[in-house]
Amino acid sequence: MSAKTAYDKARAEGRAALVGYLPAGFPDYQGAVDAARAMVDSGCDVIEIGLPYSDPMMDGPIIQDAVHRALVGGIRLADVFRTVEAVAATGVPTLVMTYYNPVDRYGVEAFARDLRSAGGCGLITPDLSPEEGGEWIAAADAHDLDKVFLVALSSTDERIEKITTACRGFVYAASLMGVTGARTALDTGAPRLVERTRQMIAKRELDLPVGLGLGVSDGAQAAEIAGFADGVIVGSAFVRRLLEAPDRKAGLAAVGALAAELAAGVRRQV
Amino acid sequence: MTIDGARGSALPESSLPDASGHFGVFGGRFAPEALMAALDELDREFAAARQDPAFMGELNDLLKNYAGRPSLLTEARRFAEHAGGARILLKREDLNHTGSHKINNVLGQALLTRRMGKRRMIAETGAGQHGVATATAAALLGLECTVFMGEVDTERQALNVARMRMLGAEVVPVKTGSRTLKDACNEAFRDWVATVDDTHYCVGSTMGPHPFPMMVRELQRIIGVEARRQVLDLVGRLPDAVVACVGGGSNSIGAFHAFIDDKDVRLCGFEAAGDGVETGRHAATITGGRVGVIHGMRTYLLQDEDGQTVESHSISAGLDYPGVGPEHSWLHETGRGEYRPITDAEAMEAFALLCRTEGVIPAIESAHALAGALKVGRELGPDGVIVVCLSGRGDKDMETAAEYFGLMPQGEGQ
Repeated sequence: MSAKTAYDKARAEGRAALVGYLPAGFPDYQGAVDAARAMVDSGCDVIEIGLPYSDPMMDGPIIQDAVHRALVGGIRLADVFRTVEAVAATGVPTLVMTYYNPVDRYGVEAFARDLRSAGGCGLITPDLSPEEGGEWIAAADAHDLDKVFLVALSSTDERIEKITTACRGFVYAASLMGVTGARTALDTGAPRLVERTRQMIAKRELDLPVGLGLGVSDGAQAAEIAGFADGVIVGSAFVRRLLEAPDRKAGLAAVGALAAELAAGVRRQV
Repeated sequence: MTIDGARGSALPESSLPDASGHFGVFGGRFAPEALMAALDELDREFAAARQDPAFMGELNDLLKNYAGRPSLLTEARRFAEHAGGARILLKREDLNHTGSHKINNVLGQALLTRRMGKRRMIAETGAGQHGVATATAAALLGLECTVFMGEVDTERQALNVARMRMLGAEVVPVKTGSRTLKDACNEAFRDWVATVDDTHYCVGSTMGPHPFPMMVRELQRIIGVEARRQVLDLVGRLPDAVVACVGGGSNSIGAFHAFIDDKDVRLCGFEAAGDGVETGRHAATITGGRVGVIHGMRTYLLQDEDGQTVESHSISAGLDYPGVGPEHSWLHETGRGEYRPITDAEAMEAFALLCRTEGVIPAIESAHALAGALKVGRELGPDGVIVVCLSGRGDKDMETAAEYFGLMPQGEGQ
């Protein structure tokens, strides 16, 4: 299983893929599983399960708040694997998004093995570059897992080439300079970043979709991104729905409604 | 510097890191892609600046005529009576402008900020000494300055918060996580990712992604370069040991580095053991931690079995950090450096002893080095010569010390 199969399916339908993120353990183990399933039911093509980490230095206040609650609630690594298993059972490609230290501490090879046996299809690694990622790349290849590294607006063409060459599944293009969190307007550099990334993919004769994330909050933005990227990645906006909901049921409904809005957006394409 | 490609594997230990910032398996660059271009630019600009006589001339002028270098090497005779009679020589970084070694690093990075055409500096701070130094350099060079400081630290170092604000800096109390130094680092990185076009992150210690550990060391290296010359002048030989406290590790690596290739000189780093390493309430990263990745570097850190950072504890805000600079991890692994814990109680005893025997009030951070010197002195005996890096002065710690020793009369303490 690779996230690329979901991108390919979306492309065959003439639309972009919708990728949704939620941290494991928030609001609690079952709540996260239910919310991720609601996202799948309402149109997410790929799910990213965040691994709650004590020092989320790339995340804005919304995700910081959620992962803090997940950790205070006692979420453990074993629970993260269980979450992956429960979500992957829906048949939707399920990745884990994680800072590197928990993987390093668990043992990179063991992490890859256990992720694979839980049905996960790979990792998104926001603080690991291909240069430092040799051990993970080897383990991912051995266990047939996706390796999703990030490219940024500030990346040179040389770096984009190196990064895309190391990716499997898709390339994660960070659409703005900043931490996670919904923004009202998309940075104008995003289409150019996707274009530069595609040029490098073509140059190296790779077959990789490009997903764009950081700052996407509604259907209109999703439609705008779907016009130039292969996938639309949404995280904080989902987490915010859960944080702001008065109760569990309302949170699930809000998450489902947002997924439906975004799913319509990726089919609309401005 | 002693980088010499022709010597291959016979390179001296002092020549590390390699081109991508590795000290053996430690260090490196575990950073978000958005920062990679800025880190590469910084690496290039620092290398160019070191070869630029105008840049180095301005830095050396500021170090001399603004910071007050060279700092003194003061013999502490009465204090030494408690250290087995070994001669104790204090490297007086407390006498620098702003009261600690932090200014050495900050002046260099502030000049680099200007050289890179950036208008703003951000910094993390624990005890506030690095924040004060950064605010000072920003005022001097007309740069904007924002300092991130854990909320707990803004309370125990309130005087330094006022100093930074007087100097024109914005101080942002960080309310996440343990609300101490590591959380201030997280917040500074978050700011930097969003502002990197016009902002330089003035990292305060030999930590973070490459090139920071190397660059900060090079800027702090002057401590040991001066001390080596001063001790030769005063004693006629190299010291038996160089002693310093280790939090992130900048004063210690600054003091150690010029001695690394002097194999007979012991390099002794003292970590903050808080209530004692065995209690779990400590900040002794090398003694009580294990290797992992934090804040962009591979190094020893305090973590649980899931790889979550464990909160550190120390009476000293400046040492209250769960990681340590990667070069220290390397010196520990090779055995070139000796790293040992000092508890809050041992540090406070040495703090009081220096006050009463020498008329010098040390920072509580530096008191960990003094407590270490008492141990090393007893090991060496009366023939020993020890250089102690007195990294900062203790004015900022008076409230903590007064409370610890019960010096505030009833009713006046609040």
